[in-house]
Amino acid sequence: MYKWKRQFLSGPYVVWIAGFIILPILTIFYYGITDSSGSFTLANIFAIAEPIHMKALLLSLKLALLCTAFCLILSYPLAMILNNLHLKQQSFVVFIFVLPMWMNFMLRILAWQLLLSNNGILNTILEGLGMPKLQLLNTPSAVVFGMVYDFLPFMILPIYNAMGRIQRDVVDAARDLGASELQVFLKIILPLTISGVISGIIMVFVPALTSFVISNLLGGGKVLLIGNVIEQEFMQNMDWNMGSGLSIVLMIFVVASMAFMNAHGSEEGGGAVW
Amino acid sequence: MVKKIGGRIYLGIIFLFLYLPILVLLILSFNNSKSRVAWGGFTAKWYVSMFQNDTIMDAFAMTLKITLTASILATIIGTLAAIGIQAMRRRGKAILIGATNIPLLNADIVTGISMMLLFVRFTKLGFSTVLIAHLTFDIPYVILNVLPKLNQASRSAYEAALDLGATPFYAFYKIVWPDIRPGVFSGFLMAITMSLDDFSITYFTKGPGVNTLSTMLYTELRKGIKPEMYALSALLFGIALALLLIMNYRSSKKNDINN
Repeated sequence: MYKWKRQFLSGPYVVWIAGFIILPILTIFYYGITDSSGSFTLANIFAIAEPIHMKALLLSLKLALLCTAFCLILSYPLAMILNNLHLKQQSFVVFIFVLPMWMNFMLRILAWQLLLSNNGILNTILEGLGMPKLQLLNTPSAVVFGMVYDFLPFMILPIYNAMGRIQRDVVDAARDLGASELQVFLKIILPLTISGVISGIIMVFVPALTSFVISNLLGGGKVLLIGNVIEQEFMQNMDWNMGSGLSIVLMIFVVASMAFMNAHGSEEGGGAVW
Repeated sequence: MVKKIGGRIYLGIIFLFLYLPILVLLILSFNNSKSRVAWGGFTAKWYVSMFQNDTIMDAFAMTLKITLTASILATIIGTLAAIGIQAMRRRGKAILIGATNIPLLNADIVTGISMMLLFVRFTKLGFSTVLIAHLTFDIPYVILNVLPKLNQASRSAYEAALDLGATPFYAFYKIVWPDIRPGVFSGFLMAITMSLDDFSITYFTKGPGVNTLSTMLYTELRKGIKPEMYALSALLFGIALALLLIMNYRSSKKNDINN
Protein backbone atom coordinates (compact mmCIF):
# COMPACT_ATOMS: atom_id res chain seq x y z
CA MET A 1 0.00 0.00 0.00
CA TYR A 2 2.67 2.41 1.08
CA LYS A 3 5.03 1.53 -1.78
CA TRP A 4 2.28 2.26 -4.24
CA LYS A 5 2.00 5.74 -2.81
CA ARG A 6 5.68 6.51 -3.00
CA GLN A 7 5.82 5.96 -6.75
CA PHE A 8 3.35 8.77 -7.20
CA LEU A 9 6.00 11.25 -6.13
CA SER A 10 7.42 10.97 -9.62
CA GLY A 11 4.03 11.84 -11.06
CA PRO A 12 4.85 15.46 -11.91
CA TYR A 13 8.03 14.32 -13.60
CA VAL A 14 6.25 11.68 -15.68
CA VAL A 15 3.91 14.39 -16.95
CA TRP A 16 6.96 16.56 -17.62
CA ILE A 17 8.67 13.81 -19.63
CA ALA A 18 5.59 13.30 -21.77
CA GLY A 19 5.02 17.01 -22.38
CA PHE A 20 8.49 18.42 -22.68
CA ILE A 21 10.77 15.55 -23.65
CA ILE A 22 8.72 13.14 -25.77
CA LEU A 23 6.29 15.58 -27.37
CA PRO A 24 8.97 18.00 -28.68
CA ILE A 25 10.82 15.11 -30.30
CA LEU A 26 7.61 13.93 -31.96
CA THR A 27 7.06 17.50 -33.16
CA ILE A 28 10.48 17.79 -34.74
CA PHE A 29 9.93 14.43 -36.46
CA TYR A 30 6.57 15.66 -37.75
CA TYR A 31 8.16 18.79 -39.24
CA GLY A 32 11.05 16.76 -40.61
CA ILE A 33 8.90 14.38 -42.63
CA THR A 34 6.39 16.91 -43.98
CA ASP A 35 6.67 19.85 -46.36
CA SER A 36 5.34 23.35 -45.77
CA SER A 37 1.83 22.32 -46.83
CA GLY A 38 1.84 19.44 -44.34
CA SER A 39 2.03 16.50 -46.73
CA PHE A 40 4.45 13.65 -46.25
CA THR A 41 7.92 13.86 -47.80
CA LEU A 42 11.41 12.59 -47.14
CA ALA A 43 13.02 15.42 -49.10
CA ASN A 44 14.08 17.28 -45.94
CA ILE A 45 16.00 14.29 -44.69
CA PHE A 46 17.61 13.46 -48.03
CA ALA A 47 18.59 17.13 -48.30
CA ILE A 48 21.66 16.15 -46.27
CA ALA A 49 23.07 14.76 -49.53
CA GLU A 50 23.19 18.23 -51.09
CA PRO A 51 26.85 19.19 -51.50
CA ILE A 52 26.74 22.19 -49.14
CA HIS A 53 25.06 20.17 -46.37
CA MET A 54 27.30 17.16 -46.91
CA LYS A 55 30.37 19.35 -46.75
CA ALA A 56 29.20 20.89 -43.47
CA LEU A 57 28.43 17.47 -41.99
CA LEU A 58 31.82 16.05 -42.97
CA LEU A 59 33.62 19.11 -41.61
CA SER A 60 31.66 18.80 -38.34
CA LEU A 61 32.62 15.14 -38.03
CA LYS A 62 36.25 15.94 -38.74
CA LEU A 63 36.49 18.81 -36.25
CA ALA A 64 34.56 16.88 -33.59
CA LEU A 65 36.90 13.89 -33.97
CA LEU A 66 39.94 16.16 -33.74
CA CYS A 67 38.54 17.92 -30.70
CA THR A 68 37.73 14.62 -28.96
CA ALA A 69 41.19 13.24 -29.73
CA PHE A 70 42.93 16.33 -28.38
CA CYS A 71 40.79 16.34 -25.24
CA LEU A 72 41.55 12.67 -24.63
CA ILE A 73 45.28 13.07 -25.21
CA LEU A 74 45.39 16.04 -22.84
CA SER A 75 43.07 14.60 -20.18
CA TYR A 76 44.30 11.07 -19.66
CA PRO A 77 47.81 11.93 -18.45
CA LEU A 78 46.36 14.86 -16.54
CA ALA A 79 43.93 12.60 -14.68
CA MET A 80 46.78 10.20 -13.87
CA ILE A 81 48.98 12.99 -12.55
CA LEU A 82 46.15 14.46 -10.49
CA ASN A 83 45.32 11.04 -9.11
CA ASN A 84 48.94 10.40 -8.14
CA LEU A 85 49.01 13.61 -6.12
CA HIS A 86 46.69 11.83 -3.65
CA LEU A 87 44.96 15.07 -2.77
CA LYS A 88 43.01 15.00 0.43
CA GLN A 89 40.47 17.35 -1.07
CA GLN A 90 39.30 15.65 -4.23
CA SER A 91 36.66 18.33 -4.58
CA PHE A 92 39.42 20.89 -5.10
CA VAL A 93 40.26 19.31 -8.46
CA VAL A 94 36.63 19.45 -9.51
CA PHE A 95 36.58 23.05 -8.32
CA ILE A 96 39.46 24.07 -10.61
CA PHE A 97 37.81 22.60 -13.67
CA VAL A 98 34.29 23.78 -12.92
CA LEU A 99 35.26 27.35 -12.07
CA PRO A 100 35.80 28.49 -15.68
CA MET A 101 32.39 27.04 -16.51
CA TRP A 102 30.72 29.40 -14.08
CA MET A 103 32.07 32.30 -16.04
CA ASN A 104 29.93 32.73 -19.09
CA PHE A 105 30.65 30.55 -22.10
CA MET A 106 30.46 33.57 -24.43
CA LEU A 107 33.06 35.45 -22.42
CA ARG A 108 35.45 32.52 -22.59
CA ILE A 109 35.05 32.54 -26.37
CA LEU A 110 35.60 36.31 -26.33
CA ALA A 111 38.90 35.74 -24.54
CA TRP A 112 40.05 33.42 -27.31
CA GLN A 113 39.03 36.00 -29.90
CA LEU A 114 41.34 38.44 -28.15
CA LEU A 115 44.17 35.95 -27.93
CA LEU A 116 43.96 34.63 -31.47
CA SER A 117 43.03 37.66 -33.57
CA ASN A 118 45.45 39.11 -36.15
CA ASN A 119 46.43 42.01 -33.90
CA GLY A 120 45.83 39.92 -30.80
CA ILE A 121 48.04 38.93 -27.96
CA LEU A 122 49.58 35.77 -29.45
CA ASN A 123 50.49 37.53 -32.67
CA THR A 124 51.94 40.50 -30.78
CA ILE A 125 54.15 38.11 -28.85
CA LEU A 126 55.20 36.35 -32.06
CA GLU A 127 55.99 39.70 -33.64
CA GLY A 128 58.02 40.72 -30.62
CA LEU A 129 60.05 37.56 -31.00
CA GLY A 130 60.65 38.44 -34.65
CA MET A 131 58.50 35.63 -35.98
CA PRO A 132 55.92 35.91 -38.75
CA LYS A 133 52.29 36.52 -37.79
CA LEU A 134 49.88 33.63 -37.98
CA GLN A 135 46.35 33.72 -39.31
CA LEU A 136 44.65 31.96 -36.40
CA LEU A 137 41.20 33.46 -36.00
CA ASN A 138 38.53 32.52 -38.55
CA THR A 139 40.15 29.19 -39.37
CA PRO A 140 39.01 25.65 -38.55
CA SER A 141 41.98 25.37 -36.15
CA ALA A 142 40.63 28.24 -34.07
CA VAL A 143 37.30 26.43 -33.89
CA VAL A 144 38.95 23.21 -32.72
CA PHE A 145 40.96 25.23 -30.20
CA GLY A 146 37.83 26.83 -28.78
CA MET A 147 36.06 23.48 -28.61
CA VAL A 148 38.94 21.82 -26.77
CA TYR A 149 39.03 24.70 -24.31
CA ASP A 150 35.34 24.56 -23.73
CA PHE A 151 34.83 20.81 -23.48
CA LEU A 152 38.06 19.73 -21.75
CA PRO A 153 36.48 19.53 -18.26
CA PHE A 154 33.89 17.07 -19.60
CA MET A 155 36.73 14.70 -20.49
CA ILE A 156 38.89 15.25 -17.42
CA LEU A 157 36.25 14.79 -14.73
CA PRO A 158 34.89 11.33 -15.71
CA ILE A 159 38.40 9.94 -16.26
CA TYR A 160 39.62 11.41 -12.99
CA ASN A 161 36.61 9.95 -11.16
CA ALA A 162 37.20 6.53 -12.67
CA MET A 163 40.85 6.66 -11.59
CA GLY A 164 39.89 7.66 -8.08
CA ARG A 165 37.80 4.49 -7.81
CA ILE A 166 40.72 2.16 -8.54
CA GLN A 167 41.75 0.58 -5.26
CA ARG A 168 45.41 1.04 -4.54
CA ASP A 169 45.61 -2.51 -3.20
CA VAL A 170 44.96 -3.83 -6.70
CA VAL A 171 47.84 -1.83 -8.13
CA ASP A 172 50.12 -2.75 -5.21
CA ALA A 173 49.25 -6.41 -5.58
CA ALA A 174 50.13 -6.34 -9.27
CA ARG A 175 53.47 -4.71 -8.48
CA ASP A 176 54.20 -7.25 -5.74
CA LEU A 177 53.55 -10.02 -8.22
CA GLY A 178 56.18 -8.50 -10.51
CA ALA A 179 54.17 -6.51 -13.03
CA SER A 180 56.08 -3.75 -14.79
CA GLU A 181 54.76 -0.20 -14.88
CA LEU A 182 53.56 -0.77 -18.42
CA GLN A 183 51.78 -3.97 -17.44
CA VAL A 184 50.13 -2.25 -14.49
CA PHE A 185 48.92 0.43 -16.85
CA LEU A 186 47.70 -1.89 -19.60
CA LYS A 187 46.21 -4.61 -17.38
CA ILE A 188 44.78 -2.57 -14.53
CA ILE A 189 44.58 1.19 -14.93
CA LEU A 190 43.42 1.31 -18.53
CA PRO A 191 40.69 -1.36 -18.26
CA LEU A 192 39.37 0.16 -15.02
CA THR A 193 39.18 3.66 -16.45
CA ILE A 194 37.78 2.78 -19.87
CA SER A 195 34.23 3.53 -18.69
CA GLY A 196 35.33 7.03 -17.72
CA VAL A 197 37.03 7.46 -21.07
CA ILE A 198 33.87 6.40 -22.87
CA SER A 199 31.62 8.80 -21.01
CA GLY A 200 34.22 11.51 -21.57
CA ILE A 201 34.29 10.81 -25.31
CA ILE A 202 30.50 10.96 -25.53
CA MET A 203 30.33 14.15 -23.46
CA VAL A 204 32.88 15.85 -25.72
CA PHE A 205 32.07 14.39 -29.12
CA VAL A 206 28.34 15.14 -29.11
CA PRO A 207 28.55 18.83 -28.21
CA ALA A 208 31.50 19.28 -30.56
CA LEU A 209 29.62 17.65 -33.43
CA THR A 210 26.54 19.79 -32.89
CA SER A 211 28.09 23.10 -31.86
CA PHE A 212 27.26 26.19 -33.87
CA VAL A 213 28.30 29.08 -31.63
CA ILE A 214 32.01 28.37 -31.42
CA SER A 215 32.25 28.03 -35.19
CA ASN A 216 30.27 31.22 -35.57
CA LEU A 217 32.40 33.34 -33.27
CA LEU A 218 35.86 31.84 -33.76
CA GLY A 219 35.33 30.79 -37.37
CA GLY A 220 34.00 34.21 -38.38
CA GLY A 221 31.26 32.73 -40.54
CA LYS A 222 33.86 31.05 -42.70
CA VAL A 223 33.63 27.69 -40.95
CA LEU A 224 30.22 26.25 -41.69
CA LEU A 225 29.31 23.26 -39.50
CA ILE A 226 26.11 21.24 -39.65
CA GLY A 227 24.91 23.10 -36.53
CA ASN A 228 25.34 26.42 -38.38
CA VAL A 229 23.38 25.09 -41.35
CA ILE A 230 20.49 24.03 -39.11
CA GLU A 231 20.54 27.30 -37.19
CA GLN A 232 20.41 29.27 -40.45
CA GLU A 233 17.49 27.21 -41.75
CA PHE A 234 15.51 28.19 -38.67
CA MET A 235 16.64 31.73 -37.96
CA GLN A 236 17.34 33.11 -41.46
CA ASN A 237 15.69 30.99 -44.14
CA MET A 238 12.67 30.24 -41.94
CA ASP A 239 12.50 26.79 -43.52
CA TRP A 240 11.45 24.84 -40.45
CA ASN A 241 10.80 21.62 -42.34
CA MET A 242 14.26 21.56 -43.87
CA GLY A 243 15.83 22.50 -40.52
CA SER A 244 13.92 19.71 -38.77
CA GLY A 245 14.91 17.18 -41.44
CA LEU A 246 18.58 18.04 -41.00
CA SER A 247 18.13 17.92 -37.20
CA ILE A 248 16.82 14.36 -37.52
CA VAL A 249 19.95 13.42 -39.46
CA LEU A 250 22.06 15.02 -36.74
CA MET A 251 20.16 13.09 -34.07
CA ILE A 252 20.81 9.86 -35.95
CA PHE A 253 24.53 10.63 -35.87
CA VAL A 254 24.40 11.39 -32.14
CA VAL A 255 22.56 8.14 -31.37
CA ALA A 256 24.87 6.16 -33.66
CA SER A 257 28.01 7.53 -32.05
CA MET A 258 26.70 6.74 -28.58
CA ALA A 259 25.65 3.23 -29.58
CA PHE A 260 29.09 2.71 -31.12
CA MET A 261 30.89 3.87 -28.00
CA ASN A 262 28.70 1.89 -25.63
CA ALA A 263 29.04 -1.28 -27.68
CA HIS A 264 32.81 -1.00 -27.57
CA GLY A 265 32.74 -0.19 -23.89
CA SER A 266 30.88 -3.33 -22.89
CA GLU A 267 33.05 -5.51 -25.10
CA GLU A 268 36.01 -4.61 -23.00
CA GLY A 269 33.95 -5.05 -19.88
CA GLY A 270 34.84 -1.60 -18.62
CA GLY A 271 31.31 -0.45 -17.93
CA ALA A 272 30.42 -3.27 -15.59
CA VAL A 273 33.60 -3.73 -13.61
CA TRP A 274 32.27 -2.64 -10.26
CA MET B 1 61.74 12.48 -9.40
CA VAL B 2 61.96 13.50 -13.05
CA LYS B 3 58.52 12.03 -13.50
CA LYS B 4 57.21 14.12 -10.64
CA ILE B 5 58.65 17.36 -12.01
CA GLY B 6 57.38 16.51 -15.48
CA GLY B 7 53.96 15.95 -13.96
CA ARG B 8 54.01 19.31 -12.23
CA ILE B 9 55.02 21.07 -15.44
CA TYR B 10 52.24 19.33 -17.34
CA LEU B 11 49.72 20.37 -14.67
CA GLY B 12 51.01 23.92 -14.95
CA ILE B 13 50.56 24.00 -18.72
CA ILE B 14 46.98 22.77 -18.54
CA PHE B 15 46.26 25.19 -15.73
CA LEU B 16 47.65 28.02 -17.85
CA PHE B 17 45.55 26.90 -20.84
CA LEU B 18 42.41 27.00 -18.69
CA TYR B 19 43.09 30.25 -16.88
CA LEU B 20 45.19 32.36 -19.26
CA PRO B 21 42.14 33.56 -21.24
CA ILE B 22 40.41 34.51 -18.00
CA LEU B 23 43.51 36.33 -16.78
CA VAL B 24 43.65 38.30 -20.03
CA LEU B 25 40.04 39.41 -19.51
CA LEU B 26 40.76 40.41 -15.91
CA ILE B 27 43.76 42.51 -16.90
CA LEU B 28 41.96 44.19 -19.79
CA SER B 29 39.04 45.09 -17.50
CA PHE B 30 41.36 47.55 -15.71
CA ASN B 31 43.03 48.83 -18.86
CA ASN B 32 42.54 52.54 -19.53
CA SER B 33 43.20 52.14 -23.25
CA LYS B 34 40.74 50.45 -25.59
CA SER B 35 43.65 48.57 -27.16
CA ARG B 36 43.73 44.83 -26.71
CA VAL B 37 47.48 44.61 -26.39
CA ALA B 38 48.80 47.89 -24.98
CA TRP B 39 48.52 48.83 -21.32
CA GLY B 40 47.16 52.36 -20.96
CA GLY B 41 47.16 52.71 -17.20
CA PHE B 42 44.80 51.56 -14.47
CA THR B 43 41.13 52.49 -14.49
CA ALA B 44 37.84 51.33 -13.02
CA LYS B 45 35.73 53.21 -15.55
CA TRP B 46 34.62 50.08 -17.43
CA TYR B 47 33.09 48.80 -14.20
CA VAL B 48 31.18 52.05 -13.75
CA SER B 49 29.87 52.02 -17.30
CA MET B 50 29.01 48.33 -17.00
CA PHE B 51 26.79 49.00 -13.98
CA GLN B 52 25.15 51.87 -15.88
CA ASN B 53 24.57 49.75 -18.97
CA ASP B 54 20.92 48.60 -18.97
CA THR B 55 21.43 45.90 -21.58
CA ILE B 56 24.05 44.18 -19.46
CA MET B 57 22.28 44.68 -16.14
CA ASP B 58 18.89 43.50 -17.45
CA ALA B 59 20.49 40.38 -18.91
CA PHE B 60 22.32 39.80 -15.64
CA ALA B 61 19.10 40.05 -13.63
CA MET B 62 17.29 37.77 -16.09
CA THR B 63 20.07 35.18 -15.89
CA LEU B 64 19.88 35.12 -12.09
CA LYS B 65 16.09 34.90 -12.16
CA ILE B 66 16.01 32.01 -14.62
CA THR B 67 18.93 30.13 -13.11
CA LEU B 68 17.66 30.32 -9.54
CA THR B 69 14.00 29.60 -10.34
CA ALA B 70 14.89 26.72 -12.63
CA SER B 71 17.44 25.12 -10.34
CA ILE B 72 15.30 25.36 -7.21
CA LEU B 73 12.20 23.97 -8.93
CA ALA B 74 14.28 21.31 -10.66
CA THR B 75 15.74 20.23 -7.33
CA ILE B 76 12.27 19.79 -5.83
CA ILE B 77 10.72 18.00 -8.82
CA GLY B 78 13.86 15.95 -9.41
CA THR B 79 14.25 14.80 -5.81
CA LEU B 80 10.60 13.76 -5.59
CA ALA B 81 10.93 12.01 -8.94
CA ALA B 82 14.05 10.16 -7.81
CA ILE B 83 12.26 8.90 -4.68
CA GLY B 84 9.36 7.74 -6.82
CA ILE B 85 11.60 6.12 -9.42
CA GLN B 86 13.50 4.22 -6.76
CA ALA B 87 10.26 2.69 -5.48
CA MET B 88 9.28 1.52 -8.95
CA ARG B 89 9.53 -1.91 -10.45
CA ARG B 90 12.35 -2.68 -12.81
CA ARG B 91 10.52 -1.85 -16.05
CA GLY B 92 9.08 1.48 -15.00
CA LYS B 93 12.46 2.41 -13.57
CA ALA B 94 14.25 1.58 -16.82
CA ILE B 95 11.80 3.58 -18.91
CA LEU B 96 11.99 6.68 -16.71
CA ILE B 97 15.78 6.60 -16.42
CA GLY B 98 15.98 6.17 -20.19
CA ALA B 99 13.76 9.21 -20.74
CA THR B 100 15.82 11.16 -18.19
CA ASN B 101 18.92 10.56 -20.26
CA ILE B 102 17.41 12.03 -23.43
CA PRO B 103 17.95 15.74 -22.67
CA LEU B 104 21.43 14.99 -21.34
CA LEU B 105 22.58 13.08 -24.38
CA ASN B 106 20.70 14.78 -27.17
CA ALA B 107 22.37 17.69 -28.92
CA ASP B 108 21.50 21.02 -27.31
CA ILE B 109 20.58 22.52 -30.65
CA VAL B 110 18.07 19.73 -31.33
CA THR B 111 16.60 19.97 -27.82
CA GLY B 112 16.20 23.71 -28.22
CA ILE B 113 14.68 23.55 -31.68
CA SER B 114 12.28 20.73 -30.85
CA MET B 115 10.97 22.64 -27.83
CA MET B 116 10.61 25.81 -29.87
CA LEU B 117 8.60 23.95 -32.51
CA LEU B 118 6.27 22.64 -29.82
CA PHE B 119 5.96 25.93 -27.91
CA VAL B 120 5.07 28.11 -30.90
CA ARG B 121 2.05 25.90 -31.59
CA PHE B 122 0.50 26.74 -28.24
CA THR B 123 1.94 29.96 -26.89
CA LYS B 124 4.26 32.89 -27.47
CA LEU B 125 7.94 32.47 -26.72
CA GLY B 126 9.00 34.35 -23.62
CA PHE B 127 10.15 33.97 -20.04
CA SER B 128 8.00 30.94 -19.27
CA THR B 129 9.16 28.97 -22.31
CA VAL B 130 12.80 29.58 -21.36
CA LEU B 131 12.02 28.48 -17.80
CA ILE B 132 10.33 25.27 -18.98
CA ALA B 133 13.28 24.53 -21.24
CA HIS B 134 15.79 25.07 -18.43
CA LEU B 135 13.78 22.88 -16.06
CA THR B 136 13.74 20.15 -18.68
CA PHE B 137 17.52 19.93 -18.85
CA ASP B 138 18.06 20.65 -15.13
CA ILE B 139 15.80 17.97 -13.64
CA PRO B 140 17.82 15.06 -15.10
CA TYR B 141 20.98 16.30 -13.38
CA VAL B 142 19.18 16.34 -10.04
CA ILE B 143 17.72 12.86 -10.55
CA LEU B 144 21.04 11.36 -11.58
CA ASN B 145 22.71 12.85 -8.50
CA VAL B 146 20.01 11.81 -6.04
CA LEU B 147 19.29 8.25 -7.26
CA PRO B 148 22.69 6.75 -6.34
CA LYS B 149 22.41 8.23 -2.84
CA LEU B 150 18.91 6.78 -2.46
CA ASN B 151 20.20 3.37 -3.50
CA GLN B 152 22.92 3.59 -0.85
CA ALA B 153 20.52 4.72 1.88
CA SER B 154 19.58 1.99 4.29
CA ARG B 155 16.06 0.66 3.78
CA SER B 156 15.90 -1.30 6.98
CA ALA B 157 16.48 1.73 9.20
CA TYR B 158 13.65 3.50 7.42
CA GLU B 159 11.33 0.52 7.82
CA ALA B 160 12.32 0.16 11.46
CA ALA B 161 11.36 3.78 12.03
CA LEU B 162 7.97 3.11 10.46
CA ASP B 163 7.50 -0.01 12.62
CA LEU B 164 8.29 2.06 15.69
CA GLY B 165 5.47 4.41 14.80
CA ALA B 166 7.13 7.24 12.86
CA THR B 167 5.02 8.79 10.14
CA PRO B 168 6.48 8.25 6.64
CA PHE B 169 7.31 11.94 6.43
CA TYR B 170 9.08 11.99 9.79
CA ALA B 171 10.97 8.79 9.01
CA PHE B 172 12.01 10.23 5.66
CA TYR B 173 13.22 13.47 7.21
CA LYS B 174 15.14 11.77 10.02
CA ILE B 175 16.59 8.81 8.14
CA VAL B 176 16.55 9.13 4.36
CA TRP B 177 17.14 12.87 4.05
CA PRO B 178 20.56 12.95 5.80
CA ASP B 179 21.72 10.22 3.42
CA ILE B 180 20.58 11.87 0.24
CA ARG B 181 21.28 15.50 1.15
CA PRO B 182 24.76 15.61 -0.49
CA GLY B 183 23.23 14.23 -3.69
CA VAL B 184 20.44 16.78 -3.64
CA PHE B 185 22.99 19.53 -3.10
CA SER B 186 25.32 18.42 -5.88
CA GLY B 187 22.32 18.04 -8.19
CA PHE B 188 21.29 21.59 -7.34
CA LEU B 189 24.82 22.82 -8.09
CA MET B 190 24.93 21.03 -11.41
CA ALA B 191 21.56 22.50 -12.31
CA ILE B 192 22.92 25.98 -11.54
CA THR B 193 26.05 25.33 -13.59
CA MET B 194 24.08 24.13 -16.58
CA SER B 195 21.47 26.91 -16.44
CA LEU B 196 24.06 29.59 -15.96
CA ASP B 197 26.14 28.45 -18.91
CA ASP B 198 23.41 27.46 -21.34
CA PHE B 199 23.23 29.23 -24.63
CA SER B 200 21.74 27.03 -27.36
CA ILE B 201 18.51 26.01 -25.66
CA THR B 202 17.80 29.51 -24.37
CA TYR B 203 18.57 30.96 -27.79
CA PHE B 204 15.85 28.92 -29.50
CA THR B 205 13.18 29.08 -26.79
CA LYS B 206 13.41 32.76 -25.85
CA GLY B 207 11.13 35.42 -27.21
CA PRO B 208 12.00 39.00 -28.07
CA GLY B 209 12.84 41.04 -25.00
CA VAL B 210 14.01 38.07 -22.96
CA ASN B 211 17.81 37.97 -22.86
CA THR B 212 20.13 36.04 -20.60
CA LEU B 213 23.79 36.97 -20.43
CA SER B 214 24.63 34.29 -22.98
CA THR B 215 22.12 35.40 -25.60
CA MET B 216 22.81 39.10 -24.98
CA LEU B 217 26.55 38.56 -25.36
CA TYR B 218 26.02 36.53 -28.53
CA THR B 219 24.21 39.46 -30.14
CA GLU B 220 26.67 42.04 -28.81
CA LEU B 221 29.80 40.07 -29.66
CA ARG B 222 28.81 39.94 -33.29
CA LYS B 223 28.60 43.74 -33.30
CA GLY B 224 32.03 44.09 -31.71
CA ILE B 225 33.88 43.79 -28.44
CA LYS B 226 33.20 46.45 -25.81
CA PRO B 227 35.47 46.94 -22.79
CA GLU B 228 32.43 46.65 -20.49
CA MET B 229 32.45 42.96 -21.38
CA TYR B 230 35.86 42.59 -19.75
CA ALA B 231 34.47 44.15 -16.60
CA LEU B 232 31.52 41.79 -16.76
CA SER B 233 33.90 38.83 -17.08
CA ALA B 234 35.81 39.95 -14.03
CA LEU B 235 32.61 40.42 -12.06
CA LEU B 236 31.26 36.98 -13.00
CA PHE B 237 34.58 35.34 -12.28
CA GLY B 238 34.72 37.03 -8.88
CA ILE B 239 31.21 35.87 -7.99
CA ALA B 240 31.88 32.32 -9.15
CA LEU B 241 35.17 32.16 -7.27
CA ALA B 242 33.60 33.48 -4.06
CA LEU B 243 30.61 31.12 -4.21
CA LEU B 244 32.68 28.05 -5.02
CA LEU B 245 35.22 28.88 -2.30
CA ILE B 246 32.47 29.23 0.29
CA MET B 247 30.97 25.90 -0.72
CA ASN B 248 34.36 24.20 -0.75
CA TYR B 249 35.13 25.61 2.69
CA ARG B 250 31.81 24.46 4.08
CA SER B 251 32.20 20.94 2.74
CA SER B 252 35.78 20.67 4.03
CA LYS B 253 34.65 21.81 7.48
CA LYS B 254 31.99 19.14 7.43
CA ASN B 255 34.62 16.55 6.50
CA ASP B 256 36.75 17.62 9.46
CA ILE B 257 33.83 17.15 11.84
CA ASN B 258 33.09 13.74 10.40
CA ASN B 259 36.69 12.67 10.80
